[in-house]
Amino acid sequence: MSALALVGHQFRFDQKAFWRNPASVGFTVFFPVLLLVIFGSIFGGSTVAVRGTHIETDTYYVPAIITMSIISATMQTLAMSLVIAREDGRLKRGRGTPMPSWVFIAGRVGNSIVTAVLMLALLAVIGGLFYGVSFAWERLPAILLVLAVGAASFSCLGIALTAAIPTQDAAAPIVNFLLLPLYFLSGVFIPEDQLPSGIIHFADVFPIRHFFLAFFDAYVPGGAQAVDWGHLLIVAIWGLGGLLLAIRFFRWTPRSG
Amino acid sequence: MPEPAISICGLRMSYGETEAVRGIDLEVASGEIFAFLGPNGAGKTSTVEILEGYRKRTGGEVSVLGEDPATAGRAWRDRIGIVLQSNSLDPYLTVRESIELYAGYFSRPRSVEETIALVGLGEKADDRARKLSGGQQRRLDVGMALVGDPELLFLDEPTTGFDPSARRQFWDVIAGLRDLGKTVFLTTHYMDEAQRLADRVTIIAGGRIVAEGTPEDLGDRENAAATIRYRDAAGAEVSIETVDPVRELNRLTGEALARGEDLEGLEVTRPSLEDVYLSLTSTAERAGTE
Repeated sequence: MSALALVGHQFRFDQKAFWRNPASVGFTVFFPVLLLVIFGSIFGGSTVAVRGTHIETDTYYVPAIITMSIISATMQTLAMSLVIAREDGRLKRGRGTPMPSWVFIAGRVGNSIVTAVLMLALLAVIGGLFYGVSFAWERLPAILLVLAVGAASFSCLGIALTAAIPTQDAAAPIVNFLLLPLYFLSGVFIPEDQLPSGIIHFADVFPIRHFFLAFFDAYVPGGAQAVDWGHLLIVAIWGLGGLLLAIRFFRWTPRSG
Repeated sequence: MPEPAISICGLRMSYGETEAVRGIDLEVASGEIFAFLGPNGAGKTSTVEILEGYRKRTGGEVSVLGEDPATAGRAWRDRIGIVLQSNSLDPYLTVRESIELYAGYFSRPRSVEETIALVGLGEKADDRARKLSGGQQRRLDVGMALVGDPELLFLDEPTTGFDPSARRQFWDVIAGLRDLGKTVFLTTHYMDEAQRLADRVTIIAGGRIVAEGTPEDLGDRENAAATIRYRDAAGAEVSIETVDPVRELNRLTGEALARGEDLEGLEVTRPSLEDVYLSLTSTAERAGTE
């Protein structure tokens, strides 16, 4: 098989395994939908001040939860599934075959990006049908660009993070410990007009806040520009840093034994 | 004589101050089932990981299928199959899918259905790996290594933790590989496994080779003292060690017949491979600690 056909081959089986795994489907697919419903029920009907203009809370939460689900499909899914495969010896086993190692990673990243696109579609449809948040089709190129940069960057960060996770049991706690507080502090879960400016400044250090703002600007028409290159650049720099760390520290053999 | 599948000369492996492998030589002929035996920590896994290309050696010469595993590339890995010490399966893929996935990695794979039959999982082909028993998972693991149609197969402690019937089923699969002309490098710490499967056995202990030979003549068992056991007329256990069991038996049975007695529970045993193994490895361990 050519390298590209091999990536497709790997991806096909990764997709099957992903959709059959109740943990991955539950966390990556159902959890964001549940959060959208919860936030919509609690805060629906009021407005949020975003940089001086007031918008419907639902209009705020649809792109926010899509942001979270893209990070979940990429960084969270990759960090957890690669640690599990590493500690099971599946990465080591794959290294013993003629398949180039990067194909394995490419298959997994492909799986994550496809899942992220599906989540965008699913949440956009739910947002449109139940929360009256219409999808701005003219913004589709901008939305897909921001998604692509974000998905690629958070994939790199997820792969890099595996180096800091010693065991399968530690994967979920470490990933959640990093991501959950940042979702709150970055305005993804709590509207930003409720957050003290000190917290916003703190969150500005990390990529989640920038990705959320870039995605929000692309998704919600009315802002000055569809693509905020500044925020996107910061996300990409984080991704590049993740890539370098992954190249340097990623390991294929189990930590245990 | 054809080129050996594996040849090792003066192999050494150190981890810091610890010497795991202290200069071993061995050769595995093409088409042979070779058992590499030793207790835990004897240097078995270090050696096999060097042969598989996972680990860089500290010293010595190693050739596997004519190449140095430390530098060999994809074309070389296309000719070997590896079964690691622990199962490495995707729990959510079926038997058939797992084997299809690995078939895609190799340039000239065997047929998927044929491979499933070869490891005796025909009836389980559509079951997910997580639903299989430990023995079935291990056979799937072997199937994933065999689907690439390798010339050389590494099996690292393949039956650890098996119940007796699962072990026997596994042995049948490996015995079947002999008919396919595959070379098999098997590491194990089960004597009966080596005895049952291997053409040749090498025992490693304390990083050195302490014995090698066929399972029959290992440790000069052929010429070792035999033990004759029976119960005498009073029912007492009698045990006689002799280097000449034929003459000794003749004397015992002659006398018993003359007295009109039976020799209840009569048996003649040679030291088992297990006995030889235990005496060889314990000697080496003592030497190692001195």
